[in-house]
Amino acid sequence: MGATIVEKIFSSRCGSPVRTGDVVMAPVDGAMIHDITGPLAIQKFYEMGGVRVFSPSKVIMLFDHQVPADSIEAAENQVFMRKFAAEQSIYNYDIHEGVCHQVTLEKGRVHPGDLVVGADSHTCMYGAVGAFATGIGSTDMGFVLKFGSLYFRVPESIRAEVTGEFQHRVGAKDLILMMAGKIGADGATYKAIEFTGETVGGMEMADRMTCTNMAIEMGAKAGIVPPDEVTWRYMAERGGAAPVPLASDPDATYAEKRTFEVSDLAPQVAIPHNVDQVVEVGKVAGTPVDQVFIGSCTNGRFEDLKSAAEVLGSLSFSDRVRVIVIPASRTEYLKALRAGLIEQFVTAGALVEAPCCGPCMGGAFGLLAPDEVSLSTSNRNFRGRQGSTAASVYLCSPATAAASAIRGEITDPREV
Amino acid sequence: MRVWKFGDNIDTDAIIPGRFLTIYDPAELARHAFEGTRDEFRLNVQKGDVVVGGRNFGCGSSREHAPLSLKGAGVEVVIARSFARIFYRNAVNTGLLPIVCDQADLIADGSEIVIDLTNQVIIAGKGRLPIEPVPGFLNAIVEKGGLVEYARSLTEVPLCTESRR
Ligand code: SF4
Repeated sequence: MGATIVEKIFSSRCGSPVRTGDVVMAPVDGAMIHDITGPLAIQKFYEMGGVRVFSPSKVIMLFDHQVPADSIEAAENQVFMRKFAAEQSIYNYDIHEGVCHQVTLEKGRVHPGDLVVGADSHTCMYGAVGAFATGIGSTDMGFVLKFGSLYFRVPESIRAEVTGEFQHRVGAKDLILMMAGKIGADGATYKAIEFTGETVGGMEMADRMTCTNMAIEMGAKAGIVPPDEVTWRYMAERGGAAPVPLASDPDATYAEKRTFEVSDLAPQVAIPHNVDQVVEVGKVAGTPVDQVFIGSCTNGRFEDLKSAAEVLGSLSFSDRVRVIVIPASRTEYLKALRAGLIEQFVTAGALVEAPCCGPCMGGAFGLLAPDEVSLSTSNRNFRGRQGSTAASVYLCSPATAAASAIRGEITDPREV
Repeated sequence: MRVWKFGDNIDTDAIIPGRFLTIYDPAELARHAFEGTRDEFRLNVQKGDVVVGGRNFGCGSSREHAPLSLKGAGVEVVIARSFARIFYRNAVNTGLLPIVCDQADLIADGSEIVIDLTNQVIIAGKGRLPIEPVPGFLNAIVEKGGLVEYARSLTEVPLCTESRR
């Protein structure tokens, strides 16, 4: 009987065949901590009697949620983590590189076939390069820092085959929102979602990241795209190793196989207050918005900013809207800067911030007042996620966000 | 045990909003538990109260602040029809017992219940609601009262690479 890519990764890490449902104490290839979940993970590491971390070169550390420090407490947490990094010889990207998931991938810290954990739920994004990556809490991370391994239950996989060609100004974010709507907020709980099919094969890495990033919004433990030429090219640009074949066997056992056709897909919007409340943009078109956020680990890459800029052209953003643009990393910021996108956004009336999580988490800046409406390219629209629990957050693609920011109300990007 | 009943898809932003994540002390976090979502909770919760949710309790972020804020409020047990994966693990790890009960919907807000772990049932009024056992591999952690205590009892971990060789 064949194996899924997830079973193969666990088998290779364990050195012998393992199957879905097996519980294994597996060694990890990478462990990511940031300024919010890191301090507690370090505290737990010490409480567990930790002295030296399992492998300093496998620990990825950076600050992105509250940067530059927006409170004395945040500053203190960062001091605490810097000390730990120095003491343990861990390389710390600190505050200047950008959002954790983007930085981890673009620095080549995760490879196809790796088993990686991060103290952040969107760690599942690393599946874009064909790794098994999952989010864990701080106490689990404390354990990982000490022992370099963790208990995993090898999950079932859902095979999501995506076919068809996107219409103009429709793309990966619309696909993943549509999938969240169909699968539901807990439809993939404890499982891995394997993204396959011609549409995924045709996607560049940026779009694949948008998809795997949101696997958690369906409850999934991981999202994974089997590595192909696109992956190996991405890895080669980062000094990665030579390609090794890694894919599910044709006779692998899946919990479920689903197909998604995108040829007729309209731009999608998740309406308040759950990510699986998804409608076509037309259903909510005309809804006035107070703030538009283009950024986050889901959609803060150069390709996302470019797609927003293409809709914008030489137009301006509506005076009624506060537009906040945040590139996901320093690298992506520089690409956008050199391509003239930053100038274009600022000229159109946007506020462009340095790479960080920004309003996505509602912890730093860009918070919403009661009754305000935000349209966001991030991944969560939970009540209170971006400020007041009486505010509303809608989620959409960068193209839809740009179109809506121009008109001051939710707008189909195909109409601008 | 007095019940605080919540609905489906209670996310971690609802349990503890993002702006309080620089806090790590459970007692301090408890002062903001469910802030803006259900303010009477933090004002009136008593030691030994139990939180009951519907499906997908604790979805969203990996923030351990969520189970810690409940523990800080004196809650030792959370019951739900189902849990989001990371919250479930975090709860076990921090010594908050997550109990899966398919009929959690039958438990009323403000009611008194008894949890009988030996017989794996919740006694709620006249009803006896079966509960699912904690998966075997997490039992040792539950028994120790959390992952820190469990980890302290280990000198080495039984890696799959070693046990299978
Ligand atoms: S951008 Fe948002 S979802 Fe991504 S890591 Fe930051 S807070 Fe989390």
